[in-house]
Amino acid sequence: MASDVQLKTKRKISKDQWTAIAFLIPSIILIIVFVYGFIGWTGYVSLSNYNSLIPDFSFAGLKNYLYLFQDFRFQADLRNTLFFTILFIGAVIVIGMGLAILIDQKLKGESIFRNIFLFPMALSFVVTGVVWQWLLNPSTGFNQFLSVFGIQPKWYTDTNILAGFEWGSIEFGLPVAIISVVIAAVWQMTGFSLAMYLAGLRGIPDELREAARMDGATEFQVYWKVVLPMLAPITISVIIIMAHISLKIFDLIYAMTGSGANFVTDVPGVYMFETTFRGNYYANGAAIAIIMLLLVAVFIVPYLWSSRKGDQ
Amino acid sequence: MASFPIGKFIKYFILILFAVLFIMPIYVIIVTSIKPLDEVSLENMWALPSTIDFSSYSEAFAKLAPNFLNSIYLVVPATILSALLGAMNGYVLSKWRFRGANTLFLFILFGMFIPYQSILIPLIQFLRNIEMYNTIPGLILVHVVYGLPITTLMFRNFYANIPDEMIEAAKIDGANFLAIFRHLIVPLSITGFVVVAIWQFTNIWNEFLFAVTITTSDNQPIMVALQNLSGSQIVQWNVQMAGAMLAALPTMLVYIFLGKYFVRGLLAGSVKG
Repeated sequence: MASDVQLKTKRKISKDQWTAIAFLIPSIILIIVFVYGFIGWTGYVSLSNYNSLIPDFSFAGLKNYLYLFQDFRFQADLRNTLFFTILFIGAVIVIGMGLAILIDQKLKGESIFRNIFLFPMALSFVVTGVVWQWLLNPSTGFNQFLSVFGIQPKWYTDTNILAGFEWGSIEFGLPVAIISVVIAAVWQMTGFSLAMYLAGLRGIPDELREAARMDGATEFQVYWKVVLPMLAPITISVIIIMAHISLKIFDLIYAMTGSGANFVTDVPGVYMFETTFRGNYYANGAAIAIIMLLLVAVFIVPYLWSSRKGDQ
Repeated sequence: MASFPIGKFIKYFILILFAVLFIMPIYVIIVTSIKPLDEVSLENMWALPSTIDFSSYSEAFAKLAPNFLNSIYLVVPATILSALLGAMNGYVLSKWRFRGANTLFLFILFGMFIPYQSILIPLIQFLRNIEMYNTIPGLILVHVVYGLPITTLMFRNFYANIPDEMIEAAKIDGANFLAIFRHLIVPLSITGFVVVAIWQFTNIWNEFLFAVTITTSDNQPIMVALQNLSGSQIVQWNVQMAGAMLAALPTMLVYIFLGKYFVRGLLAGSVKG
């Protein structure tokens, strides 16, 4: 009797297991086609001569890629992306962590501060772009304010490259104009790292800090030697998530500045959009997209892979 | 007790300074958007208006209303569908694990990190072939598909907190896969649905790349219309700011009234459970 029940349960589970897999199949098919299939197709286009309105899938080898790496605009894009990513991630981490530590001090009004800092997260990059385009316009916005002090930065219209030197066809260095875009992006995304760090800080048991104090650690040492190391996994998550946002950024820059004079605020996302959908250079656009995907994958694949190991 | 070793005054000073910096753009948008046209000059950009004038809102509304509706038609079905599919996937991947389920999950999850530029050219070709290019249903399809990874992740994390024993107990009572989902899992995951729905609502409402490449003129969602408005030279700044406010309004309201769930979504989408 008992074994009969057991047998019955066993058979039933396996039938349910099949139902479970059947439940997943539509999504898996969609992902295979729309993510992996389409990436493959984009890769195929990037190796073709399809650079006009008329589809031409004849094999071009790496021609489009070689063209891009010699292209002034694409070289500028890579430079801009590099500086944008470094400044953006650095600021988001420092400001986000700093504000999270301050909000975690059990001061009065902490929820008001938290809500203010998180608020821009709910906005669109397009809204942010439209607003900051105005705020950082050299003849309006903050410069009205700063004229009191006699400083008038040119913000995103500045074409200077700081510490520049000739490299390929471009001047390599920090494009001053990119700082304006970084400010807008930091305004929007700091809330994200703030929320992550706040959750992390709340997860550190008070006993740990107490123990460190008992051992004679000063308050600074408690933060430096206990709290900060415990926030390291969060910092890694923040870096990876911000890096992938930064590498594929498009809407903020498109809405705020566009490519800029001499492409000082151009990024691959904007170049891809314009060359593909305004210029009909499909193969070149596809090649840019594949390079963007590879850059993102460098960050994301190891991150995902390590989380799989953590799962098992 | 958490206490960073600087005076309370300095802590407040830093927090208030940053709070002012963070609010300043919002202040300027609101103040500009309610100014009468003759006060929208460079000199008094930072000044409060002498009278409150909503004419820029009526002008912005007249220009953006059709696109605002497009966004509603897009966001509501896309949010519901992607939440349902995500719940199903999350249920299977957390409670009916099979060999390779983790790897399959990562295979799905990768889709949320890709730059969408890398699928855009075939996607548009595909939508043309099935005659869904430049339609709202086409955009719905796109957002449901590319929303799958994040909704699956959120529900999988959410369901990981429901004890397996409850599922086992239901199985012993004779409930099958679907019955457990309908009568146990769904009622237990109302919060999960709220979090995911808010997250998807916000993301789809704010999305721009798909919107600008898949739709044209009459079918464009609000963000594309706002971008067009701001690019136009003849439109006054106060109208542009009123437009930005209108475009941001739904997600702002969601944040103000349901902010707690919004933050939970933000954390659920980034920290793996």
